[in-house]
Amino acid sequence: MQLLQLLISGIAQGCIYGLIALGFVLIYKATETVSFAQGDLMMVGAFGGLAAMTMLGFPFWLSVPAAIIGMALFGVLVERVVIRPILGQPAFSIVMLTIGVGYVLRGLITMIPDVGTDTHTLPVPYAGEVIRLGGLVISAEQLVVIGATAVLCLGLFAMFSYSKLGIAMQASSQNQLAAYYMGIPVKRLNGLVWGLAAGVAAIAGLLLAPITFVHANMGFIGLKAFPAAVVGGFTSLPGAIVGGLIIGIVEALSGFYLPEGFKDIAPYIVVLIMLVLKPNGLFGEKLRKKV
Amino acid sequence: MRFLFKTDYDQDIRLAKHGGHVFWYSLLGVALVLAPWVFPEYWVAQFTFVLIYAIVGLGLMLLAGFTGLFSLGHAAFLGVGAYTQAIMVNAGLPFPLALACAGLLAAAVGMVVGLPALRVKGIYLGMATLAFGFIVEEGIARWESVTGGNAGLMVKYPSLFGKELDTTAEFYFLCLVICVGATLAIVNLMRSSTGRAFVAIRDSEISAQSMGIHLARYKTLSFALSAALAGVGGALYAHKIQFLSPEQFGIIQSIDLLLMVVIGGLGSIHGAFLGAIFLIVMPQLIAMGKDFLPAAIGQAAGLQGTVYGLVLIAFVLFEPMGLYGRWLKVRAYFQLFPFYRQGMFKRQKSFQKSDRLK
Repeated sequence: MQLLQLLISGIAQGCIYGLIALGFVLIYKATETVSFAQGDLMMVGAFGGLAAMTMLGFPFWLSVPAAIIGMALFGVLVERVVIRPILGQPAFSIVMLTIGVGYVLRGLITMIPDVGTDTHTLPVPYAGEVIRLGGLVISAEQLVVIGATAVLCLGLFAMFSYSKLGIAMQASSQNQLAAYYMGIPVKRLNGLVWGLAAGVAAIAGLLLAPITFVHANMGFIGLKAFPAAVVGGFTSLPGAIVGGLIIGIVEALSGFYLPEGFKDIAPYIVVLIMLVLKPNGLFGEKLRKKV
Repeated sequence: MRFLFKTDYDQDIRLAKHGGHVFWYSLLGVALVLAPWVFPEYWVAQFTFVLIYAIVGLGLMLLAGFTGLFSLGHAAFLGVGAYTQAIMVNAGLPFPLALACAGLLAAAVGMVVGLPALRVKGIYLGMATLAFGFIVEEGIARWESVTGGNAGLMVKYPSLFGKELDTTAEFYFLCLVICVGATLAIVNLMRSSTGRAFVAIRDSEISAQSMGIHLARYKTLSFALSAALAGVGGALYAHKIQFLSPEQFGIIQSIDLLLMVVIGGLGSIHGAFLGAIFLIVMPQLIAMGKDFLPAAIGQAAGLQGTVYGLVLIAFVLFEPMGLYGRWLKVRAYFQLFPFYRQGMFKRQKSFQKSDRLK
């Protein structure tokens, strides 16, 4: 029973990692760059939801889509202003650029007087509710996280497999130049991918906020989503979620069964083992150039 | 414009290519030696930090700038060096022995981390080093019997030839000597066949391999050398800061180190020094600038992070070759005076080459 309880909390935490990892994978698939700003975009999304609820006084059902759409637009803007000018440069420049974007976002949020340095709670209607199932205690927050992640995954899966846009994104991720020749507007698509990734990050932020708190450094959780993305294979969308779940469960179990301190490094140990044994992850495609 | 007329093969081998080099580097050397008598003690301490970070920067430049392997966990090597030095010196062992051990242990750790580097590329390597950095940081925090854990560890002054180097100036000279030695070592390494092999690996692994370069050996070597320099830098850092705690060697420090080489200019030895100067001077400039800004902005906690981020974005967007690249452009402008063209240093737009197919 205790194990089951641990598993559920691990899965809920893993869903958050998976959602952030989903953002990494979306951007990596489409533009072959890694966004280190993903965790900070998540933080800004959570603050956006908070601002919509407390300052603007929106009801819950309105402020959630408002925050998500706002973040998606922000993602498109970031791509347009800083990422697009250096398209075609080595991937490492873009990594440094996203680290810079992350610094700026965190710094700007911290600089907001009276708000930035405090921790806040997001007033969600389901806060504190608990469901008892036999001996299990499941909090509503965890159920919402798991449910929302499942719905989002199905939505993204459907989009990538069936919609024209999703197929265009897949094409551009495989070969930008060839996609360009086929008449796919690669630049606009990249903007959309960043918007989508930022929107997913905002959802992750809004889901995480009731479990932890909203504060300027909550974006550091993004660093734990990297192992999730690597374990799943950096190129696979379902892999990101599975990787997130694995990392979440490993973390929950090692926090309980192993000595103190292992909880924080367990994800990294898993990722190192993964990189040595199976560098392309569980679901990653293995490609090789032959000369 | 200076034209070099070469009459002797020795001219190609000399470190200083012409009289200008000799003059300016001698002037720099004299200025560095005289610095403790000219500048106030606070600034000498800051120069010491610049020298220490330059040693670490040289190591990271070798790895990232010359071999093309990016480490997101370089602070871990710094930490290994710093703690080795602190524990050995506190146990009463002589300073040079401790320094050598700090460098060698960091190199050994670097070789272990280099092992996944043989199998993974690009961003995966970044992830491996990032993961390693977290594990080392947590390891230092938890191994309390040796490292003092989160409570921290005090470090004694270094002593050399029976004399304790307890003044700022004495320690400055120690760092200066080690830094000059490290720089000469790296400059000469980059002129040797090993250095050329590193650059070949950076430019194209496949062509390097076909030229008979043993990728595994050279990548591991690059990791080991880079980690050794970081370890030596960490050892000096331990003596300078005199109090070690695990959070000094976390992800923030790693990103700062990476910021240093990117802003200094990847792929140039000058870049490591320019980056180190930037890393030390920038917080001071921000602190000075605070007084001129309105209180709401100037006193806000996030100002430093925001400025760092903006500077980093600006450099990647507008000056990808870093401070050293800017210097090259300025120099070219004056050397060619009326003939400098806009597009001389223009970046080639390359269409995206897939990382997955390397």
